[in-house]
Amino acid sequence: MKNSNQSKPTHWSEPVHSLLREHQIKQVAMVPDAGHANLIRLCEADKKMKVVRLTSEEQGVSLLGGAWLGGEKGILLMQSSGVGNCINMLSLSTSCQMPLVILITMRGDHGEFNPSQVPMGNATETVLSAMGVLVRRGDTHEAVVEEVAGALHMAFNTSRPIAVLIGQKVTGAKDFRKLTH
Amino acid sequence: MKKILQRREVVNFLLHQRDDLLVVAGLGAPAWDITAAGDHPLSFPLWGAMGGAAMIGLGLAMAQPKRNVLVVTGDGEMLMGLGSLAVIGAHKPANLSIVVLDNEHYGETGMQKTVTGLGVDLVGMAKSAGLAQSMLVANKTDLENLRNEIYKKGKARSGALFAQVKVGSEKLPLVLPPRDGVYLKNRFRIELLGSEKALA
Repeated sequence: MKNSNQSKPTHWSEPVHSLLREHQIKQVAMVPDAGHANLIRLCEADKKMKVVRLTSEEQGVSLLGGAWLGGEKGILLMQSSGVGNCINMLSLSTSCQMPLVILITMRGDHGEFNPSQVPMGNATETVLSAMGVLVRRGDTHEAVVEEVAGALHMAFNTSRPIAVLIGQKVTGAKDFRKLTH
Repeated sequence: MKKILQRREVVNFLLHQRDDLLVVAGLGAPAWDITAAGDHPLSFPLWGAMGGAAMIGLGLAMAQPKRNVLVVTGDGEMLMGLGSLAVIGAHKPANLSIVVLDNEHYGETGMQKTVTGLGVDLVGMAKSAGLAQSMLVANKTDLENLRNEIYKKGKARSGALFAQVKVGSEKLPLVLPPRDGVYLKNRFRIELLGSEKALA
């Protein structure tokens, strides 16, 4: 997925937003992360989507369970640190076989500068798997789009929770010391 | 001395002739209460997901804006998901009602006190979070008023309704709903959406 006249790849967020539209995703639940900022902007500008501002990530698991009961599809956006908050609530998705797609921007991953992000980042995949969530991962813009496409299709057709991890090679490791300059 | 409300009587009164109400119940006693009132395909009793009942109600209310949605839960369950009051206050679903049956105890674990018995004011929290209407229910008149509010149609409110109903902490016979989550989900969706859409 390269632009025709330059080597910079297309950012994953635009094709992912198109996929969300294609799958008729109506409820976009999120605790924001910088890596999701562009996708959140696209969803906020989309009149067919309702962006729900959570105060903690597990609220999105229950919210989207309710949405599914009511016949609406949703997606949950969070950073990897929020996965820990979701652990017990994920029992709703697995015990009721609720479809759930979670897009998780990784912290504590490639090139991390904040030591406090590393434990949860390192445990993210293990924790999700332990709770019965299928885990996919993209480390390039192109791979993220491909994994999201597969996850949307699979989650809603086979009624299960699937997480797509967006690696820090894609979002870029942030360094607050540099951000302040 | 005023007679304290009994939880089963409260729930029976709220769910009697329930119109097209969609009902979510928090785990434990509230799930047994809605079942004692008569199991129904448009009831979704929880067996877990503690702290999640109100958010399930929000997702459902947003998906079904023309239907009234009622969440019946306990004080312990609501206290675990207090942040959801902020989300619901901000998003203002006019078709959502949250009723907390407050017996000031964790009933399933040996009747330990919850913090509502130590002065925590859920109605005040709901008000501060911006829920359109937040009420304390302590007697039959309050309860009749609550029932009228729950069944109001359309955009009668500017956002969600919250009620903290003070109930006794007496032990009641277990009336258990079906335990299979997949069954509970499917019967709800089939009844609400029709089998073609629900099982597509």
